[in-house]
Amino acid sequence: MTPWRRIAQSLKGRQKAGVAAVTALVGFGLGYGVAHLMAGAIAYWGVVSNPFFITMRVAVPATIIAGVTGIAAGYVLAKGRFPGRDLLETVGSLPIILPPTVIGFYLLEVLSPGTRVGGFLTHVVGHALVYNVDGCVVAATVAAFPFCMRSARTAIEGVDPLLEQSARAIGLPNWRVALQVTLPLARRGIAAGLTIGCARALGEYGATLMVGGDIDGRTRTMALAILDSFTTPERNTMLLILVLMAITAMTGVGLLGRSRT
Amino acid sequence: MSALDVAVTRVIGDFDLDVAFSVESGVSVLFGPSGAGKTLTLSLIAGLLRPDTGTISINDVVVTDCARNVFVSTQKRRVGMVFQDGLLLPHRTVLDNVALAVRQARGRRTRRGIARTWLERVGAETLAERRPGSLSGGQRQRVALARSLAGDPAVLLLDEPLSALDASVRRELRRLIREVIVASGVPAVLVTHDAGEAEELGDVVIAYDRGRVTGQHLVERPLASGPELETPGEGETL
Repeated sequence: MTPWRRIAQSLKGRQKAGVAAVTALVGFGLGYGVAHLMAGAIAYWGVVSNPFFITMRVAVPATIIAGVTGIAAGYVLAKGRFPGRDLLETVGSLPIILPPTVIGFYLLEVLSPGTRVGGFLTHVVGHALVYNVDGCVVAATVAAFPFCMRSARTAIEGVDPLLEQSARAIGLPNWRVALQVTLPLARRGIAAGLTIGCARALGEYGATLMVGGDIDGRTRTMALAILDSFTTPERNTMLLILVLMAITAMTGVGLLGRSRT
Repeated sequence: MSALDVAVTRVIGDFDLDVAFSVESGVSVLFGPSGAGKTLTLSLIAGLLRPDTGTISINDVVVTDCARNVFVSTQKRRVGMVFQDGLLLPHRTVLDNVALAVRQARGRRTRRGIARTWLERVGAETLAERRPGSLSGGQRQRVALARSLAGDPAVLLLDEPLSALDASVRRELRRLIREVIVASGVPAVLVTHDAGEAEELGDVVIAYDRGRVTGQHLVERPLASGPELETPGEGETL
């Protein structure tokens, strides 16, 4: 006999009715609360969907660009012996050290059509790279780059050089050694760097605000929308959505990590 | 014509390496105590390191000439190399490891066919789909031997291939290595500090001590060997 059934049998008629009434009230309250939150979440989706899609439009290309350039830079730093190597690493790591708004300020200075570099880029791309989503991509890429670069460098340095030597000894040219031996063997560290870089691109705030300008429907990413929503009545619903998103993301990362081990 | 001519010097820690020898056909063994410069010599022949002075020729083609600043990269020397602990690529299957070394054929199927042939010759065909991490030391060295020969090398270099193995496995592999190398017809240079291994595997033993060749002698063995193996060609697939 279960403990619950034992308790139920020990109750008398009125006590049973009281317990049933309290249970019904609690159940109703919980149901009402969940339904209210769900309804709020559905209603609020209209508010968050736009920043959500802008965030994806920014974070996905930023992660890809930062990933490719970061892995290449990490490889050069791990394997290359040339003057200015330490300087390259320091400059590449600056976005970790400097406040994001400072990075945003420098990017704004460089990308503005009035400057030489900005004028050239405007000419090449066909439009200015500030106050639009492309500018946000540049800001998120710069923010994500050092994480990809540093993780790739550490992972590539950890590959046994004798394995690379044995691959050369069987005739593989250096570019195939890099693509078929070094990078596959360093894949876990590289994947970790890409994950952190992607998270950084998703959550980029300061530089994106400076370069993108927080324009509703054009450059307002999730990170920027969070601040704006603090002044609205739906902020609890928004917090719920963010918590759910965080749990989903962490579960995804956890499952991904488990499948790799 | 010599398969391999070596006359090099290189400054190392306690002493200088200064050696000169030629290899014709069969198995030449560099024999001597640890730290005598044997493995360094193999690395210089393979092009993994550069000598300070001297020349190295493979099949009368100069691959290293310090005076004329000639240095052919490892990949273009057509040497096969078996390392002490195999050094197979851990993220690829055994078959992939061997197929990657096939230089003389194009096309994935053809390369894998040649790789399978070499795995059969070393008795490792059943290991084809396994990863190196799941192999025993002896199995790894069989695969490493197949990989080194699959690239149709002009010279085979073996750096203490049996030193990390149990005595029983070592005995078994000695016979296999000798048979496979002799049958392939590829001249080989093998490094060891085990006198028994030198006599059993070598046709010529070149003695090393503190960076110098201190002697050289032919190993007498009866004229008996297995059937000569035909090198798998480009069109051969399984």
